[in-house]
Amino acid sequence: MKPFDEMLISGDEVREPYARFHEWFREQDAEALGEKASEAEAFFRRTGITFNVYGQEEAAERLIPFDLVPRIMAKSEWDNLADGIEQRVTALNAFLDDLYHDQEIIKAGIVPERLIAGNEAFLEEMRGFRPPGGVYTHIIGTDIVRCGENEFYVLEDNARTPSGVSYMIENRETMMQMFPELFAQNRVRPVETYPHHLRRSLAAVAPPACEGTPTIAVLTPGIYNSAFFEHAFLADQMGVELIEGSDVAEIDGRIQMRTTEGYKPIDVIYRRVDDAFLDPKVFNPTSMLGIPGIMDVYRNGGITIANAPGTGISDDKAIYSYMPEIVEFYTGAKAKLQNVPTWRCAEEDSLKYVLEHLDELVVKEVHGSGGYGMLVGPTSTKEEQEIFADKLKKKPTNYIAQPTLALSTVPILVDGGLAPRHVDLRPFVLVSDKVRIIPGGLTRVALKEGSLVVNSSQGGGTKDTWVLRD
Amino acid sequence: MALLGRTANGLFWMFRYIERAENTARLLDAGQRISLTNLSSEPDEWQSVLVSAGVEAAYNAKYDNHDPDNVVHFMLCDRDNPSSVRASLETARTNGRMVRTALTRELWEAVNESWLVVQRRLAGKVSAHELPAVIDLVKRQGALIRGTFQTTMLRNEIFDFANLGAFIERADNTARILDVKYWLLLPEHSQVGSALDNFQWRSILRSVSAHRSYAWEYDGEYRAVNIIDFLMLNKRMPRSLAYCYTVIEDSLKFLDRNYEVRHPCFETAASLSERLSGSSVRQIIDNGLHEFLEAFIRDNNRLAQEIGQNYRFYPEV
Repeated sequence: MKPFDEMLISGDEVREPYARFHEWFREQDAEALGEKASEAEAFFRRTGITFNVYGQEEAAERLIPFDLVPRIMAKSEWDNLADGIEQRVTALNAFLDDLYHDQEIIKAGIVPERLIAGNEAFLEEMRGFRPPGGVYTHIIGTDIVRCGENEFYVLEDNARTPSGVSYMIENRETMMQMFPELFAQNRVRPVETYPHHLRRSLAAVAPPACEGTPTIAVLTPGIYNSAFFEHAFLADQMGVELIEGSDVAEIDGRIQMRTTEGYKPIDVIYRRVDDAFLDPKVFNPTSMLGIPGIMDVYRNGGITIANAPGTGISDDKAIYSYMPEIVEFYTGAKAKLQNVPTWRCAEEDSLKYVLEHLDELVVKEVHGSGGYGMLVGPTSTKEEQEIFADKLKKKPTNYIAQPTLALSTVPILVDGGLAPRHVDLRPFVLVSDKVRIIPGGLTRVALKEGSLVVNSSQGGGTKDTWVLRD
Repeated sequence: MALLGRTANGLFWMFRYIERAENTARLLDAGQRISLTNLSSEPDEWQSVLVSAGVEAAYNAKYDNHDPDNVVHFMLCDRDNPSSVRASLETARTNGRMVRTALTRELWEAVNESWLVVQRRLAGKVSAHELPAVIDLVKRQGALIRGTFQTTMLRNEIFDFANLGAFIERADNTARILDVKYWLLLPEHSQVGSALDNFQWRSILRSVSAHRSYAWEYDGEYRAVNIIDFLMLNKRMPRSLAYCYTVIEDSLKFLDRNYEVRHPCFETAASLSERLSGSSVRQIIDNGLHEFLEAFIRDNNRLAQEIGQNYRFYPEV
């Protein structure tokens, strides 16, 4: 079956949100557009919007390919999506609070205890502690896929450390520079307000020890991290410090940064360092990236950590499979956004089904991310399937499987004009004194014809994402 | 807003290396002009280029002759030589990435673009006839970076730390060139003050874009006293030691006012500055030019270290 195309219904019939764009596009000269594409690439290079790919020594800094054709959503489409996202992130925070306190959801028999106890992402150190404002996951990048006109699924919640928001903003900047006329013709909601909202969200959850205007800092593992550009970008745009572990020390019960004028306390830290490396005194003792003593300071109200340690438990793909029940349990309403149907290989019947249908399913590690360690059945070889079958039998609890979804397509610019490619969508959500959802997000696109893998680490590209005002 | 010690350090070194990339290119320019004259009586010009850049030992560990192609490659393209143009710009850019939040978008893009352009140009061998074009490219990229710095950056402590790095590096470079070439100026004491018909000095002045400004400031003749005065004590000459120390002292004074503390580095700079303004060329020559320069280079380095300590560039060990 032909996948749902977001621009073209058939041949020449264009879906409403793309009407104006399509009209504009038909008037453009193909060669000039090709030039614009290389112009965009030069712009990204000069700006240094690059990322590092693990395990590839040469070309340490790579560009994520950018496609000029925007992904456009109508107001009504977006409003429904935003409603569903707000419900979901609210439930996620309630779920995390419950897990680290009374665990009502386990007592109610909805989520099995075995998924929590002994799960590395569940941190005993967070038990009984409630972060400032009662917020656990402040910054979320909900991955959403579309399979039809009204058919949206949440693929992953990314409640731990979602990345890509800098591309959302830079993609828009690039488009506005190259095609200002498009923004005069279409009423596109702005995304460049994100850093402003992020700063406000972080300031609103300052810890008890904070006096006056909160001092905010972004903690990065350093310039060799794959997302360093984004860390610097966000700190720059928010007008806050970008710090590394070596810049700070625990002094007088606060985490303080070494400035040219002496030590200054930090109130809220947006950390882009994983839990395991956050505090060598508590977690991985060999970590050079973290801040010794920060967990103690945190528990004593000396600092706010965003996202809170231990939120990774909700990114577990086995937990994900319970999200419809989790949403209903905490919000008292049916989940507005659907989950992708998921087989938990830990369950015997499911494992049997999965092993029999490896050639049609997508199999993922429950703790994995970034498109690593997964099997895409339909495009895999017999050999790869056999290797995965062995892994599944050896450690079934480590895997879940999902049907291969017919992801929607949006055209990309190719030599011969437009050609449909599969996309997903990562809107960015901020949770603090209230929920802030930036209208738009990062559209990732598989550049290879027919490919369903959109991850940038696997050669995917990105598009500017428009939410129209009307 | 407070400035992180590590950021101040990154800015300082970023600008030292931007300055160094250009100085290395200028040294090569002078080296080539001089060697082209083929004056057999003069010692190996390429060796003095290596000595001026302070990389002779590293070079000798790799090569056993002063073949011009090897020297040019070592000074331009070799990433093992931290003072090569390529390595310097790479270090400058890496520091720039690290302190990205302290830079304007324009300045960061100028640094990043310069690195991209120069790196691409220096990826392969550069032959002798391409050298002038490559040096020109490096100088132009340096001008782009400095221009963006001057026109877009806020005049705050970020600006001051950047200037400190640039001018400490520049003072070091001018002092080294003088130290390597001082014997040319002083073949015999008796000749001090007499006119020099010296192609070498014209080339050196030209490589620091100063042969015309020399003529403005002095008469057209090349006299040792005047050249020494020009490169050391003349406050209108932007590469002279005295000019560098005017900027260094000003930058420290701004920081001082900003932070309301007087650090030891301030005294070190003041005493160095006084050494320059309190001496005449004759006195310096009589007391020994080489000794003066040696002490200057050493104390200039000490100042750099003190700035790092006083402004907490590194964590306490």
